[in-house]
Amino acid sequence: MDGEPRYESENDMSLELKTVKTHHTPVRYIEGGSGQPLVFLHGAGGATTADPFLAKLAAKYHLYAPLIPGYGDSEECHSIRDMLDFTLHTWDVIEALGLKNPILVGHSMGGMIAAEMAAIAPNDVTRLGLICPAGLWLDAYPIPDLFATMPFEMPQLLFHNVEAGTAMLTAGLQLDDPKFLQTYLVTNARQLGMAGKILFPVPDRGLSERLYRIKAKTVLIWGDSDKLIPPAYAHAFKKGIAGAELVSLPEAGHMVTLEKGEQVVQALGRLG
Amino acid sequence: MKFTWFNLMPWPYLPDDFREKNRSVWVDIDQKLFDPVKSHEVYNTYLDLLEYAAEVGFDAIGCNEHHQNGYGLMPSPNIIAAALARRTKDVGLVVLGNSIALYNPPVRVAEEFAMLDCISGGRLIAGFPVGTSMDTNFCYGQIPALTREKYQEAHDLIIKAWTTREPFAWNGRYSKLRHVNIWPRPIQQPHPPIHIPGGGSVETYDFCIDNTYSYSYLSFSGYIRAKALMDGYWKRVTERNAPDRSPYRAGFAQTICVADTDAEAERLYKEHVDYFYNRCLHVYPGFADAPGYRTIKTIQTGALSQYAPPKGGYADLSWKQLTEEGHVIAGSPETVRQRMEELCKSLNVGNIFCLMHVGNMPKEKCMYSTKLFAEKVIPKLRNMFPEFKNDERFWCHPIKQVKPGSLPSEAKALESVGAGR
Repeated sequence: MDGEPRYESENDMSLELKTVKTHHTPVRYIEGGSGQPLVFLHGAGGATTADPFLAKLAAKYHLYAPLIPGYGDSEECHSIRDMLDFTLHTWDVIEALGLKNPILVGHSMGGMIAAEMAAIAPNDVTRLGLICPAGLWLDAYPIPDLFATMPFEMPQLLFHNVEAGTAMLTAGLQLDDPKFLQTYLVTNARQLGMAGKILFPVPDRGLSERLYRIKAKTVLIWGDSDKLIPPAYAHAFKKGIAGAELVSLPEAGHMVTLEKGEQVVQALGRLG
Repeated sequence: MKFTWFNLMPWPYLPDDFREKNRSVWVDIDQKLFDPVKSHEVYNTYLDLLEYAAEVGFDAIGCNEHHQNGYGLMPSPNIIAAALARRTKDVGLVVLGNSIALYNPPVRVAEEFAMLDCISGGRLIAGFPVGTSMDTNFCYGQIPALTREKYQEAHDLIIKAWTTREPFAWNGRYSKLRHVNIWPRPIQQPHPPIHIPGGGSVETYDFCIDNTYSYSYLSFSGYIRAKALMDGYWKRVTERNAPDRSPYRAGFAQTICVADTDAEAERLYKEHVDYFYNRCLHVYPGFADAPGYRTIKTIQTGALSQYAPPKGGYADLSWKQLTEEGHVIAGSPETVRQRMEELCKSLNVGNIFCLMHVGNMPKEKCMYSTKLFAEKVIPKLRNMFPEFKNDERFWCHPIKQVKPGSLPSEAKALESVGAGR
């Protein structure tokens, strides 16, 4: 059927996992492609070289996707504690990668960090892509507690097509293997432990009061069926960032990057 | 041996279909299940039972801290302890709450514990739990990965506030105070004994060993399943070159039900044990462990799974299994004595937190079980560890107690002030 989601990796674009030194800690990052430099900041679920969305970005841009310390095979960083630490650390990463004014894109938690970076250094970011970013809180639309969500409940929050999403999230997981489970627990604790520093218990660290500082041309990209950060937040971001454009994508949930990756890349094209 | 009578203070009116109709007894428990008017009697009965335990000869009475929890009606253990401090004498007061990472500034804990120690005449045994993830993270919003760092700072500040004799400035990461100068300060010097409840974190073992605090394992799974965890603790005691392996370095919570015979114990207590294990412990697994709450080191020891409830939960466990597997120690005084002796020896623990009130147990049965334990079991276990009988490092040191009713008669008072002269 036309329009059926397809999640397999695109093998024509090779992505490499590399390391760059920063003040706090060595940082793992995924690099690939050529063209304009684009920095992509991942969401709370992390990113890997097998991520089909990253491959799509690398097909058009020179992609750099740094992992938050604690993600992938990297150690968590105890000296990165609060929002300012995350924001400045990510600027440190961009500096260490030798980049100046790259296109800055973030998904979910990564969008929150990208928005903070653009607000704190408005003259250093001229193109900003925010894909269903976290960072705001609306009492009328409480965001589900990601940290109390069991793995089996995740797909309903993350995908428009829950069945296809479930298949993708559980592919290759050996849930009966105690060794696998222990590794999974450690990974989860490392990753979400770090994410919790800016997302737990309410993913609001005051960004709404800083959005006005953003000068970058900004594109907001949102899946219409996002149940984790519902589209009401898209309008709140649009209101907060002068001149921001909103691209709403139908039949896509919070993982719009996987469900409508092509359209997300197209929408980012508006940044020039 | 030191025996502390402990009451978790469960709500006794959870409906029969609680498990089926509710996802959790903790954090997001249904508000409608709590009845404030009924709670008046519940609280006062529970306080009466604690006072009764003091009368029949327990060494201490204890309370703890839970939040938004159907089996623990004590969000503030200090309020319960304050009530007990006034109405009891000579008995220790074990306050196994104040989850010190939750209080801002933590000097509030230093002050309240000091007040309790002063009012009770030096009877306070102070507990500093990190707190469960349910309480600390999900109810009180502490960031999981920062909870331990905040706890550590709170601990250091409280100890300094208790032991410093002039005002000092505190420039911490989580508290900044220009003038720390708590007034009052505790009677016990250098400070009240400290017990730390833990659930298998290596960091907590080390913290207790290095500071000469007692490590308390508060499990509901009983002493047989606790063996692996406590062995881990004692191994660590040796590895860190502690000067001794005093059993008072450790405490253990055990559900205990005593009757005239084993059969009578089953007849009297089975339904209340069922209520506790099947309704009170019904916690939504998503609240069990916020990612980041446990350190990577602790998860990597791989031991946590051993401490988890039995597969399939408690619902399927019969009375026979619950008692034989040691979740519950129940039976005649002789049966209970034997099993308690086995517990103390196998775990090498000198502080026992006796969970004598279980689930929705009515007060009469609780009194019966309590009295039998105090009269027929405790005396036989009293001198279990003779070589450490003078180890007072982990227990309170009361002063001579002021008797209640210290006011003179009204006539004497009037005369004394020279009223109307």
